Amino acid sequence: MKTITCQINGVPVTVPEGTTILKAALEADVKIPTLCAHPDLKAWGACGICIVRPEKSPRMVRSCTTTVVEGMNYITHDPDIVETRRTVLELIMSNHPNDCLRCARNGCCELQNICAEFGIREVPFESGIRDLPEDNSTPSVQLHPAKCISCGRCALVCQQLQDVWALEFLYRGDRTRIAPSGDATLAESPCIKCGQCSAHCPVGAITEVDETKKLWDAIREKDKHVVVQIAPAVRVALGEEFGLEPGTIITGKIYAALRRLGADKVFDTNLSADLTIMEEASEFVERFARGKGELPLITSCCPSWVDYLEKYHDDMIPNFSTAKSPMMMMGAMVKTYYAKKAGIDPEKVFSVAIMPCTAKKYEISRSEDMKSSGTLDVDLSITTRELARMIKQAGIDILRLKDEEADSPLGVYTGAGVIFGATGGVMEAALRTAYNFVTGENLGKVELEEVRGMDGVKTATIDIKGTKVRVAVAHGMANVKDIMNRVRKAKKEGAERPFDFIEVMACRGGCVAGGGQPYGSTDEVRAKRIKGIYADDGAQTIRCSHDNPAIKAIYSEFLGKPLSDKAHELLHTHYVPRPLWIK
Amino acid sequence: MTLEELRAMRAESQKEMERRVTDGNEIEVIVGMGTCGIAAGGKLTLAAFIKALDEFGLKGVTVKQTGCMGLCYVEPTVEVKMAGMPDTIYGKVDADTAREIVKAHILEKRLVDNHIFDRPAKDILK
Amino acid sequence: MACNQFCLVCGGTGCESSRADEIYRNLVRACDAHGLGSQVQVVKTGCFGFCEKGPIVKILPEQSFYVEVKPEDAERIVAEHLLKGRPVKDLLYKGESGAAAKGEADIKFYQKQMRIVLRNCGIINPEEIKEYIARDGYVALEKVLFTMTPEQVIEELKVSGLRGRGGAGFPTWLKWTNTRKAPGDQKYVICNADEGDPGAYMDRSTLEGDPHSVLEAMTIAGFAQGASKGFIYIRAEYPLAIERLEVAMGQSRALGLIGKNILGSGFDFDIEIRLGAGAFICGEETALMQSIEGKRGMPTPKPPFPSDSGLWGKPTSINNVETFANIPVIINKGGAWFASIGTATSKGTKVFALTGAINNSGLVEVPMGTTLREIIFDIGGGIKGGLGFKAVQTGGPSGGVITKEYLDTPIDYESLTALGSMMGSGGMIVMDDEDCIVDVVKFYLDFSVEESCGKCAPCRIGGRKLLNIMNKFTKGTGTMEDIDTLKTIGKAMQRASLCQLGMTTPNPVLSTLKYFPEEYLAHIKDRKCPAGKCKSLVTYRIDKAKCIGCTVCARKCPVPCIKGERKVPHEIDQAKCIKCGACFEACKFGAVVVE
Repeated sequence: MKTITCQINGVPVTVPEGTTILKAALEADVKIPTLCAHPDLKAWGACGICIVRPEKSPRMVRSCTTTVVEGMNYITHDPDIVETRRTVLELIMSNHPNDCLRCARNGCCELQNICAEFGIREVPFESGIRDLPEDNSTPSVQLHPAKCISCGRCALVCQQLQDVWALEFLYRGDRTRIAPSGDATLAESPCIKCGQCSAHCPVGAITEVDETKKLWDAIREKDKHVVVQIAPAVRVALGEEFGLEPGTIITGKIYAALRRLGADKVFDTNLSADLTIMEEASEFVERFARGKGELPLITSCCPSWVDYLEKYHDDMIPNFSTAKSPMMMMGAMVKTYYAKKAGIDPEKVFSVAIMPCTAKKYEISRSEDMKSSGTLDVDLSITTRELARMIKQAGIDILRLKDEEADSPLGVYTGAGVIFGATGGVMEAALRTAYNFVTGENLGKVELEEVRGMDGVKTATIDIKGTKVRVAVAHGMANVKDIMNRVRKAKKEGAERPFDFIEVMACRGGCVAGGGQPYGSTDEVRAKRIKGIYADDGAQTIRCSHDNPAIKAIYSEFLGKPLSDKAHELLHTHYVPRPLWIK
Repeated sequence: MTLEELRAMRAESQKEMERRVTDGNEIEVIVGMGTCGIAAGGKLTLAAFIKALDEFGLKGVTVKQTGCMGLCYVEPTVEVKMAGMPDTIYGKVDADTAREIVKAHILEKRLVDNHIFDRPAKDILK
Repeated sequence: MACNQFCLVCGGTGCESSRADEIYRNLVRACDAHGLGSQVQVVKTGCFGFCEKGPIVKILPEQSFYVEVKPEDAERIVAEHLLKGRPVKDLLYKGESGAAAKGEADIKFYQKQMRIVLRNCGIINPEEIKEYIARDGYVALEKVLFTMTPEQVIEELKVSGLRGRGGAGFPTWLKWTNTRKAPGDQKYVICNADEGDPGAYMDRSTLEGDPHSVLEAMTIAGFAQGASKGFIYIRAEYPLAIERLEVAMGQSRALGLIGKNILGSGFDFDIEIRLGAGAFICGEETALMQSIEGKRGMPTPKPPFPSDSGLWGKPTSINNVETFANIPVIINKGGAWFASIGTATSKGTKVFALTGAINNSGLVEVPMGTTLREIIFDIGGGIKGGLGFKAVQTGGPSGGVITKEYLDTPIDYESLTALGSMMGSGGMIVMDDEDCIVDVVKFYLDFSVEESCGKCAPCRIGGRKLLNIMNKFTKGTGTMEDIDTLKTIGKAMQRASLCQLGMTTPNPVLSTLKYFPEEYLAHIKDRKCPAGKCKSLVTYRIDKAKCIGCTVCARKCPVPCIKGERKVPHEIDQAKCIKCGACFEACKFGAVVVE
């Protein structure tokens, strides 16, 4: 590959052709400030903070979009450049509300950081703060347009990475706003509540709906029996809120912290992930080996993906697995199986889920199926970020807690359960069990590397003792279109289907980089969290869902067998086509 | 359309358009078009001039009309102005005479003697 | 019997909006009624350029030049002039001497002009392709397709020295070379007809009056660069130009001059029109391409340059209408001929829309190197109403002002930039003593702020702050610190904006701060507007010495705020006065003083 040698402030660097000045500067240990650039997105070039000067040129250029030229010396910091950046920053500040103290991003805001770095003490321009109404129409994310700095990340993510097109630039000039087309509310738009917009927003213009008060209230109510489940992806990321490296596993400490907070029982969603596998692998075998139902089978544990399919690919509804997500299955089990076993009135049970996901807040009341226990199977879902705030508020020094175990009977999990948090994990877990259901044996090597990794679309052919199973795994909603079209095309032409089993995760990297995870998800961070996930899998003694003794107990004591009537009543759901726009 | 067809179309249209551009035209043919002129057939005379100019492929000639020149008894009258020839007023110019004037006066720079009714002075006449 | 008289009616938008179409139809009707139908050809042409005096009707071959014609005059023109040979004296244009002009050569407005781009405007009927063909139309295309290689075409452009007429002045041959060299299976040629500068209508007139010149040029451009498809991006606010283009394209296509295997050469080239939707920013080439792609018109960072990656990621070259209009003539007459006109660095002619406080406002085309003085005073006929010349604004909202000291500057790209202004697309607005510089700057900033796309912070936010400060000046609440703030914001916008709109928005401010500091000081320190334009700073006062107490002003006052009985000098209550000026207009004794 061709390389280019140039200079950054006189320091020579050699980089591959096509490298931006911004990246090249990192090679010279120089960090050029940016506000709108994000590693997930192609450089947009909006804010104007990253400007640098090619030596001897009268012009300044944006380092995020300009690629280096052989032999050029780029000046990244001189009084002129810094002064220009400062003026641009002051202009942005003059239109931005000064409520850091009351803002959800207080302490974790990119604008705050850069203003602190520049040492801004006063803004010499007239205020241009706009009085714009908030959008609280969805249960998952809120828009606070007055704080928006028009970096464009949310609209670009929603359009290019997620292919949802719920957000767009409206109006122009200093009346520009980012909102759904036609100034509709998010609830009226195709929004799938994935929260990737909020995960990429540098400021407090898009936030998750904060429901910590509901949990505080439930905990305070002596009458309520608070049962908490934590998702696979939470254990490798919560530590970041307390200074740990992404991917550090602190499962035992999270259980302990939850108990300190006031949870009556602490369970683990990894167990219900195992349960999901039991149901879904059985479903797969029914369709694949016994010809009952549409193929390819498509996973349905991601609620944003469910919403997306119902809106954009409703013709594929027959292909959807009817299995609920692990969170919902746990909720149903908590309020029936557990409540019965523990002799507690289900009405008194307050079922809480700690999730990396903002769409889960929507999922809990998605349809009547979510009340299979008689009342809401899950009463509340809060994000990793919200839990971190609660832990801090309660004064719990989580890192110093001794590891504890989850409660019985819904706390034991296998490696297959934990890998749900990574892209390809559901597929791998399902195959580990499907292999057993078909052959009666376990896989020699349970790690299926072919479905792991950050490629947007991964395809593989798995050999189940001579029978070939063609699988596809997609993450990041924009990667789904191709796969769906291939399946459709084959069906239309009467050709052989390209895949038998498809896993889809809305968020790039899988749930580890969900909309509710700690801020700063980049591919680097995703990779670390995913590594932690697979490390946790490797550390488990039991690696396959069907070998989970707690799962076996649930079936023998309560559900009978996978896909039984009871299983269908509590653990399965239905889907309906939904309109893209409601007006 | 082929190249040849385009060139043919251009050649044909050019003749028409030429009459619209008059800058740099050195020769003027002014046809009397007062009531007497029209009554005597001045319009046919004018048309005949245009036809003759076309026929002889002459460019740079402005054909204009004007009011009565005063020589009502010998209408149609035509004044020809060009460098190298005296300004001449011809009378009794019918279609054939028009053609003759173009050929003789304009092309060959000879006066058409038997139709001169004013200017030049008689002593120039041969 | 062939037609021997021609009645050319100006059909540019300016004259059309003054009922030129009615004039045209009345002339046709009158000719028929008087039996002149076969002798007189009434032709609606493109813009004559002498817009101040429109509607214009020109009679050939006698070159009678009728101005400010009304539809009712058609009858007279036909009955008196065409039928009886007696020109209608009161409608003829008379120069300073009072004598009727015989064609453009006799009219001072035209004498210093050299109409190359506008060569056919005012002469041909733009809706008749044969007329274009007759005047050497498509000769250049023949030459290019059958006797030249693409490299030779580009070489001719290089010799000519033609630079982009949209404002940037980039060498056209270089742009075509870059696009030609870029690897790609599909390339595009785009004609930028978005012409958004306020007061500029050069491109509009060219497209209305001679659409084929652009179509022919685009086809040549496609041949030279290896593109098989062209787009004309035209603003929707030009319905007449769009209509004329559509008619022209239909005729071209019918004759096979656009489409497959043009003239049997084996070269394919087709053109499509795309309409703008009311955004000035879509005249910026990258935003223009976004718009064609169906996206929101926001500029994209350069590099990559359109020549390498443009429309749908393919190599694309975008040229202005005026640049294109020059191409056929350059091919026909040769690059050396073109280079013989103009200055060392700026070759050929430039079309300017000369407007403002000028006697002869209209469209003028002059060789580069003509001085501003010649344009404003010789061609433009000087300042209207005998007022004094204050400044001339060139380059639209991206440009600056040029003062009296520099009137003898020969116009070219470099000389105007050196003065802190720019050539721009050709807008030239003349200001007199009664124009307030601060007010003019406010006007331009208002435009730029309104048209900002909003993508980048420096332009989106900075522009508004600049305008807010200018508003303070015109209201009398400005401070000297505000001037420093203007400069700080201006500098940041020039350096950190994503596109030229943001980068040049501060130009009118910075240019006028340099050349007219006294006007700013008057507004800030004295809280007065020397030109009397900024209403908040103007005071109306009754001179008691002159007031005879007739009560007319008091009765006209809409507030009312004028006290006074009959025969007693009146007084204006300053606290209530809304500065409408009604009293000033009403007073016949000059007793109302404006200061």
